[in-house]
Amino acid sequence: MSDVNAYIGLSAVLFTIGTIGVLTRRNAIVVFMCVELMLNACNLALVAFARQHGTLDGQVAAFFVMVVAAAEVVVGLAIIMTIFRTRRSASVDDASLLKY
Amino acid sequence: MFLFTEGGHSIPVVDPVSAADAGGVFGLLWLVIGLPLLGATVLLLGGRRTDPWGHLLGTAMAVGSFVLSTLMLIGLMGREEGDRSVTQHLWDWVSVGDFEVGMDLLVDPLSILFLMLITGVGSLIHVYSIGYMEHDPRRRRFFAYLNLFVAAMLMLVLAENYLGVFLGWEGVGLASYLLIGFWQHKPSAAAAAKKAFVINRVGDIGMSLALAMFFVTFGSTSFTVISANASGASEGALTAIGLLLLLGACGKSAQVPLQAWLLDAMEGPTPVSALIHAATMVTAGVYLVTRSNFVFELAPTAQTAVIVVATVTLLWGAVIGCAKDDIKKALAGSTMSQIGYMMLAAGLGVYGYAFAIFHLITHGFFKANMFLGAGSVMHGMNDDVDMRAYGALRKVMPVTFLTFAMGYLAIIGFPLFSGFWSKDKIIETALVESPVAGAAALIGAGVTGFYMTRLMLMTFFGEKRWKDGVHPHESPSVMTVPLMVLAALSVLGGVLYLGHWIVDWLAPVVGEIPEHELPMPAIVYSMITVAVVAVGVGVAWMTVGKRPVPTTPPTDVSFVTRAARADIYGDTINDTLVVKPGAALTRGLVSTDRSVVDGLFTGTATVLAGIGQGLRRAQNGFVRSYALSILGGVILVLAALTVVNL
Repeated sequence: MSDVNAYIGLSAVLFTIGTIGVLTRRNAIVVFMCVELMLNACNLALVAFARQHGTLDGQVAAFFVMVVAAAEVVVGLAIIMTIFRTRRSASVDDASLLKY
Repeated sequence: MFLFTEGGHSIPVVDPVSAADAGGVFGLLWLVIGLPLLGATVLLLGGRRTDPWGHLLGTAMAVGSFVLSTLMLIGLMGREEGDRSVTQHLWDWVSVGDFEVGMDLLVDPLSILFLMLITGVGSLIHVYSIGYMEHDPRRRRFFAYLNLFVAAMLMLVLAENYLGVFLGWEGVGLASYLLIGFWQHKPSAAAAAKKAFVINRVGDIGMSLALAMFFVTFGSTSFTVISANASGASEGALTAIGLLLLLGACGKSAQVPLQAWLLDAMEGPTPVSALIHAATMVTAGVYLVTRSNFVFELAPTAQTAVIVVATVTLLWGAVIGCAKDDIKKALAGSTMSQIGYMMLAAGLGVYGYAFAIFHLITHGFFKANMFLGAGSVMHGMNDDVDMRAYGALRKVMPVTFLTFAMGYLAIIGFPLFSGFWSKDKIIETALVESPVAGAAALIGAGVTGFYMTRLMLMTFFGEKRWKDGVHPHESPSVMTVPLMVLAALSVLGGVLYLGHWIVDWLAPVVGEIPEHELPMPAIVYSMITVAVVAVGVGVAWMTVGKRPVPTTPPTDVSFVTRAARADIYGDTINDTLVVKPGAALTRGLVSTDRSVVDGLFTGTATVLAGIGQGLRRAQNGFVRSYALSILGGVILVLAALTVVNL
């Protein structure tokens, strides 16, 4: 049991780091990486729980998350590239035109 | 079967035999209404195609109805005295749960008299209108409305239940609206029609509430059922019904306080005025009270109310008649007054019902005669109604003059003329049963003598005061022949009272007149009445006949004359008590709607829009703040779930 607790704890730490990163960093690439960190923290938790219960559900879910994350990276990076080309900057605070 | 009242009077219960059993002409009872209704339908739906012969069809339908009515009268006379009411069931009209109303007709000694009056006088008015409306491009439509009017009035008097009466009641209201406003291009005519309609609606409120009361109290609106069960109902309910019926009667019969429409109704063509005043419409109230004798006899309070209303009206109308220079309005004031006499007699209960109907019939003759005579005068005077522009017409219009004179002598109660018999009996009965009302009726008779003499003198006697370009001439015979017939009836109407015929005839419907002691012999009452009338005539001769009539109304007149010229401020009273508060209430409601109701909704919208304006600021475009709010939301949801699970 303590093994699982350790994995969950690690997962929580990684998730928190990712969250703080998303909230505090301005560079879109870094924010993006932090999002990946959060996703993978979730994956870790899923796998850990799957291991604990001895089933494959969590493992499968983790694969799905990876697939979605990969697709998201493709789209997200394309957006960031386009923003960078037009604005010469990858700061998320600069891209704030869509507002009230 | 009889109902017995506390006063010891016996009221017959309506107990008719069916037309199928009675056989003979009674199977055609529905045709009496059907013919004029058919005429109205054909003429209204046929459009211009019927223009060339529309007036003939309309007249033929009215005459056909009259012939049928005559056959009915003969049929009724051939039956036994206590067995003279016949009912015809046409179809089931309303059938809801255990509430059933049939389309039933009832002909009995009371309704047959109305049938004769409506179709007889109505036919004469139709004939007269052929001449009177000859140059009117909408003559066919006029005849359609006349037929509709007659059909509605026949429905009113022939119905066997109050719902059927109400159908005719509303039909009469509609037809009078159409006819009073027949010359709709005149704003005054359109306004008068609307006024008549609206004031009649006020009366109809009473009528429809009375219907509801009948339903609640008796579970039926049939005369047969109600008269059989009337003694079982509480006096409070019967009093309420009586007062509501009186309100309805006030509206239709132009009794105070709902009298204001009658004088304005003179805007209609003159035959319409004759029809409204003599044969239909205003007699409906008297019919209603007489027909509902089984209600009124058991509700003395309501009877007293009828007497009060009638007494006020008969003086009110007579005073108005004294000051009018418009010949038709003077006659209208007179009608109001005479209907007051009838209502007074009807209010006296079993003592007076027969005399109310008697006076109604004689009044139908002489008032139709005089209205048509007034129309004949107007016909020759280029439709001028101002009596101050008449004068000396007896030589140029001999037939009109002579027939009008017969009506005049009848209405003032000249001995042996029809009005003498009928009015005299009312005054005599009133003096015995209700001395105050009787005294008022006696004074009213004197005033009648005054205003009718004034009208005669200003129109037919004195010097010529004709306006330039007016060439009075006698009317064509299609107009004068009805006048002659009506004049003869005005003279001879008293034969109905020969050997107490009308009293005995009506007894199976309205009850036998109980013996009552006359403090003086009947002849003394007649002499007193004639003396009072003679005083009225004499005063008129002194004030109008002996002096030249000024062509413009004098302005230095007494307060009473001014009041009478303004219809005793009837319109002012209505305006002050009803119209203005009503308008103020409407304006108040509109502004309440605008400020309170609309304010509530626009206020809510404004507040919500303001909140939206403030919250819009949260959409600041910074993706990280969105992320923060999502995080906050997730934490909130998790916290909530945790709390719930705990």
